[in-house]
Amino acid sequence: MPNILLTRRRLLQTTAVLLASMAMPTGGLAQEGGRLVVAADSEPKNLNPAIAASNGVFFIASKVIEPLAEASFDGADGLAPRLATSWEGSDDGLSVTFKLREGVTWHDGKPFTSADVAFSAMNVWKPLQNLGRLVFANLESVETPDDLTAVFKFSKPTPFQLIRNALPVVTSVVAKHIFEGSADIAADPANNQLVGTGPFKLAEYKPGEYYRLTRNDGYWGEGEPKLSEIVFRVLPDRAAAASALEADEIQLAAFSQVPLSDLERISKVDGIKVYSEGYEALTYQLVVEINHRRKELADLKVRQAMAHAIDKDFVVNTIFLGYAKASTGIVPRDAKEFYTPDTEQYPFDVAKANALLDEAGYAKDANGVRFTLKLLPAPFFSETRQFGDYLRQALAAIGINAEIANNDAGAHLKAVYTDHDFDISVGSPVFRGDPAISTTILVKSGTPDGVFFSNQGGFANASLDALIDKANETVDVAARTDLFKDFQKQVSEQLPLINVAEWGFITVARTSVKNVSNNPRWAVSNWADTELES
Amino acid sequence: MRRALLLLKRRAISSIPVLLIVIVGTFLLLEAAPGDAVDAYLLSIGGGDAALVASLRASYGLDQSTLARLWLYLTALAHFDLGWSVTFGRPIVDLILERLPNTLWLMGSALALSFSLGSILGVVAGARPGSATDRFLSIGSLALYAVPSFWLGLVLSVVFSVQLRWFPIAGIETIASGKHGIDRALDIARHLVLPVSALGFIYLALFLRMMRSGMAEAWRQDYALAARAKGLGRPRIVIRHIARNALLPLVTMLGLQAASMLGGSVVIESVFAIPGFGRLAQEAVAGRDAPLLIGIIVTSAVLVILVNLLVDITYALLDPRVGAAEAAA
Repeated sequence: MPNILLTRRRLLQTTAVLLASMAMPTGGLAQEGGRLVVAADSEPKNLNPAIAASNGVFFIASKVIEPLAEASFDGADGLAPRLATSWEGSDDGLSVTFKLREGVTWHDGKPFTSADVAFSAMNVWKPLQNLGRLVFANLESVETPDDLTAVFKFSKPTPFQLIRNALPVVTSVVAKHIFEGSADIAADPANNQLVGTGPFKLAEYKPGEYYRLTRNDGYWGEGEPKLSEIVFRVLPDRAAAASALEADEIQLAAFSQVPLSDLERISKVDGIKVYSEGYEALTYQLVVEINHRRKELADLKVRQAMAHAIDKDFVVNTIFLGYAKASTGIVPRDAKEFYTPDTEQYPFDVAKANALLDEAGYAKDANGVRFTLKLLPAPFFSETRQFGDYLRQALAAIGINAEIANNDAGAHLKAVYTDHDFDISVGSPVFRGDPAISTTILVKSGTPDGVFFSNQGGFANASLDALIDKANETVDVAARTDLFKDFQKQVSEQLPLINVAEWGFITVARTSVKNVSNNPRWAVSNWADTELES
Repeated sequence: MRRALLLLKRRAISSIPVLLIVIVGTFLLLEAAPGDAVDAYLLSIGGGDAALVASLRASYGLDQSTLARLWLYLTALAHFDLGWSVTFGRPIVDLILERLPNTLWLMGSALALSFSLGSILGVVAGARPGSATDRFLSIGSLALYAVPSFWLGLVLSVVFSVQLRWFPIAGIETIASGKHGIDRALDIARHLVLPVSALGFIYLALFLRMMRSGMAEAWRQDYALAARAKGLGRPRIVIRHIARNALLPLVTMLGLQAASMLGGSVVIESVFAIPGFGRLAQEAVAGRDAPLLIGIIVTSAVLVILVNLLVDITYALLDPRVGAAEAAA
């Protein structure tokens, strides 16, 4: 037995030494050499932004692969040049000419030319990209008269306004020499080993842990990039992102990865700053989607009553804690080019809502219930779920009994957009710079089943459809803008869906990070000018 | 040794039907859940048009019937091919081998911590059942057992990572540290301290209480009386006669807890951002990736079977009466 005692003592001693050595303070911060560590909450399966034009992909890939132009607060038409230095549409809407930047090289040293743009457009954006398939549907060919000019030729008049507004999102240029000859570009391994022209190179990806981007010394921007490294650290737990910021283990968390409810506390922590700017070009909208196949909901009066029953200010202040704006219609305020406040409004008025329902002939029964609806809140954000709970109460006040059915993301999408197994649902579509990209689809009829974030509620209105079609082929900018103003008015009158609020995300960063949120798509832009103060 | 091998053979054969039921069950369950892998992917990229959806379904093989896909999967599995993950676009074997070590470290250390500390404290408590120390330890461990592991994890990280900054908040090792050998091992150990504590302390109570009640029971046995009558010292009685006999059920418990700890690690892996099995399983469900989920479940099942086998062998070594019958059969 003494043997055991001795061993145990030795074991305890060894453990104590080991623990002591491990418990030593971390000491130096993760800033040496200008390394910015950023929280990431997802790892996209396909990291190529030319194929998967989505914020999750752009967040990481936009630093490596650049678009022709980026959104800007002060540039002409709200754009700043990137790989293109100028862009011009012809009056007939059949061609757009891009002048490209000189002296740009790919990360592997090969020169960037108009052939790369032509290849990206014809072989990737138009056939493969989720949004490019729509924007470039009528693109027939891309001519390359010289290395620095690309002329896009369309088979039908295509509004230059649409192309211009879509540039930041749909025109991520990939290298022709990387993908040429690939049997299946969408499944090519190169999609996850990005080679771009951007300020950073993708150096390393450790699944489940991090993406490491290193400085591209041959970047075309004068004196850029400022950082030597960006690390996207995978932190699936939201509370962990806030703690990691406080401990300075990460210096930045974008896309509201720090939950709204933590912002007040964390904004008081020394050395941490909260930014609500920088998402103006990717506005998310809180909407009530309506299934018009349901007899009661096909009645405009019922939809108006529902709109009157929702207290938008309450939603903004209580659910979004003030980090959102009440919507006035289907186009958000941040889309300054198109937005008009001059639409039918439905102020919060329970008495009026009740009167409208009485008028429509849906009397309350003995329990005060007029009819029952199946309500599906989208699980995408905690705010969409919370709004579902609020909506249930708001509708109860006007005698509509909403029964909530909670689903995970996959099940929710299937139920709403494929099976139409809902009466009302809470959705969160995105406004992407131009109403023709992902907004008109919310009300236009004729979209096949299974297309997400589109009109799957069976709403059909011939004059609205005609208006959308007309806008899609109107080349003149002023005329097209007017058509979209008319579009907003008609949508507000018809109420195919109810727009409640619109929000951008929140970025939380250490104060040592400079030049944060300085463009309307900041989180998904290239961060060439982002600096770390030591 | 021969006995152990026989045991191994019997276990392997008897576990095949179990695995098969698990595989088919998982496949059908995930199939019954609304939405498929294409839906999950489209959500991540913000949707796409009808033609894109159709072409994705075809390329994922989802345009075939459920039974056809199940058959394809089973035939591949029979050739030890776990298949391809559509969620990650990588072979499932790679994904599993990448994540398995992290989970094993986490689980193994947590199990070792709860078992060793639990039984030691159990001995302390059971040495004098009913004493103040006993009461304190029993109540304390129960309180710990009642705490949800994610909460304990968050509290530990707020205190030790955010406030005191003794340990890193998340991850399995320092990013791109370039460390090797012993430095890297120490680095990983430092990262594991908090998650292992969060997971281990919760299960500690089980071992503690089991040890304590086993010892309380043993005190009433005749051999305890005999040992005292012989005039043996208290420490000697506690360790040789009481604790040793109470230890046996704990080994059984160890095997049982290995399985439930795999479940508990899902939460802890999320809180501490450790790329392990639990998180992989969660992502497989969200992505409706049946082959990946089955791969994880089968690997976990094999793990649990192995641990229990080890437990049985240990048991047989600890107590010659056990296993003789099974091995002889």
